[in-house]
Amino acid sequence: MRKSTILKTTMAALAVFGLVGAAPALAAVDSETAYILNTFSFLVNGALVMWMAAGFAMLESGLVRSKNTATICLKNIALYSIAGLTFYLVGYNLMYLDVTGYIGSLSPFWGPDDAEALSGTFAEGGYSASSDWFFQMVFVATAASIVSGALAERVKLWSFLAFVVLLTAIIYPIQGSWVWGGGWLAEMGFSDYAGSTLVHSVGGWAALSGAIILGARKGKYSAEGRVIPIPGANLPLATLGTFVLWLGWFGFNGGSVLALGSAASAIEMANVFANTNMAAAGGVIAAMILTQILYKKVDLTMTLNGAIAGLVSITAEPADPTLGMAVLIGAVGGVIVVLAIPLLDKLKIDDVVGAIPAHLFAGIWGTLAVVISDAEASFITQLTGIVAIGIFALVLSTVFWFILKFTIGIRVDEEDEVIGLDKAELGLEAYPEFGRGSQTL
Amino acid sequence: MKLVMAVIKPFKLDEVRDALTSIGVDGLTATEVKGYGRQKGHTEIYRGAEYAISFLPKVKIEVAVKAELAERVVEAISSAAKTGQIGDGKIFVYDLNNVVRIRTGESDADAL
Repeated sequence: MRKSTILKTTMAALAVFGLVGAAPALAAVDSETAYILNTFSFLVNGALVMWMAAGFAMLESGLVRSKNTATICLKNIALYSIAGLTFYLVGYNLMYLDVTGYIGSLSPFWGPDDAEALSGTFAEGGYSASSDWFFQMVFVATAASIVSGALAERVKLWSFLAFVVLLTAIIYPIQGSWVWGGGWLAEMGFSDYAGSTLVHSVGGWAALSGAIILGARKGKYSAEGRVIPIPGANLPLATLGTFVLWLGWFGFNGGSVLALGSAASAIEMANVFANTNMAAAGGVIAAMILTQILYKKVDLTMTLNGAIAGLVSITAEPADPTLGMAVLIGAVGGVIVVLAIPLLDKLKIDDVVGAIPAHLFAGIWGTLAVVISDAEASFITQLTGIVAIGIFALVLSTVFWFILKFTIGIRVDEEDEVIGLDKAELGLEAYPEFGRGSQTL
Repeated sequence: MKLVMAVIKPFKLDEVRDALTSIGVDGLTATEVKGYGRQKGHTEIYRGAEYAISFLPKVKIEVAVKAELAERVVEAISSAAKTGQIGDGKIFVYDLNNVVRIRTGESDADAL
């Protein structure tokens, strides 16, 4: 339903820049070919988004200490799997089936229904049901990945995974139905192309609530409130993870065109790819320059966060901006993370990988920035969506975290935190051939 | 016999070894160590927050020589390891009571 308006505005934008004539004479492919191409787009772009789970796993592995590496790897592959299960059990139907405005259908177990296409009838913009399910499922996993990085190095494995179940089965699909399911925010005109708010901010709100309730890692803040840095174990891995996320993001935003059955949708997807790339580049350069000015040295891990923030910032509207505008939108995201990381530290909110600034704050910025390039979007409507989804995600996350805290507990005990979660929770070391002796004196 | 122990900057190890070889020293033991002296430490920065590295990496070398060679060993190490900057290290000379070569059982000067 949002596709038609996106196409319209894109065509209008293209006309403005003289890229197409006022009345595009595009020879349409037949409906079956369009159906195949639409399905193909969902599958390939969905596989790219799936690969973002690998990016998160590597980014987080690089930014934790090596005594917690194996645990963060396990959490990442576990949360990806849980997201698929919950989306099959309840998530997809809650988000997309018979949405009444605030919630979809409670019927469990999603299954594909392709009878119409198999009988040779192809709706305009059609695609196979499973391709859509797959593409939407990998997005849920992204939201859950955001939480794991922020809470790393002190959250209990099973408590974290229990939260992931609640996030992916309840919080994500219900708020998703408000916009992508055609609910009340979609009717109001709220625009979030690939999920700056729906995916990234929701993950960010859950991470923020979790980080506050869980408390900082032992030794992160001195008694006088000074920040004691806890450097990550492997910056090449963190860099690789960021590149993997950047690659996956082409699928995240590009696939969100939701179609590839016409030249217009192919053009839109190409513009989305280019804008996505340029926003990330803008975020990197902005973070580099700002850290050089503020700290007299370029900060690598903040620069990596700058790339992510640039990507999140452009996600709410990657089709309409010009390349130059995409760079600027991403650059503002890069500035936001560099300024927000010390701010969270002042509040003693310990976010190990910078997930809250990069996904929540840049997500809010990106959602507001839609009004810059999309004449149909309204600032008030965008703000309404951000606040409504923010309150919903924050309140529900907080309730869930407190329930877990007072039942099974969410934090490992102090001794386990000191020896590392790998030994305490998994009984192994990520790098057994490099003993603890090499890390401490 | 004397045991000359020196703590030097790690990148000077090869130069010190060459200097010692040239005056006839044919054995030394090197160990990677960490410590601080007048150089104290230095600060690094991570995600906008500074932190102190209070122990700096150094290399410790130990050379066992006949007493008459000890002075030249000290001179060789101090000229080869010197940069003139803070943190060049220190040299310590001990009396050495007894040395045994495990393979042959030779002792003292014969074992050096």
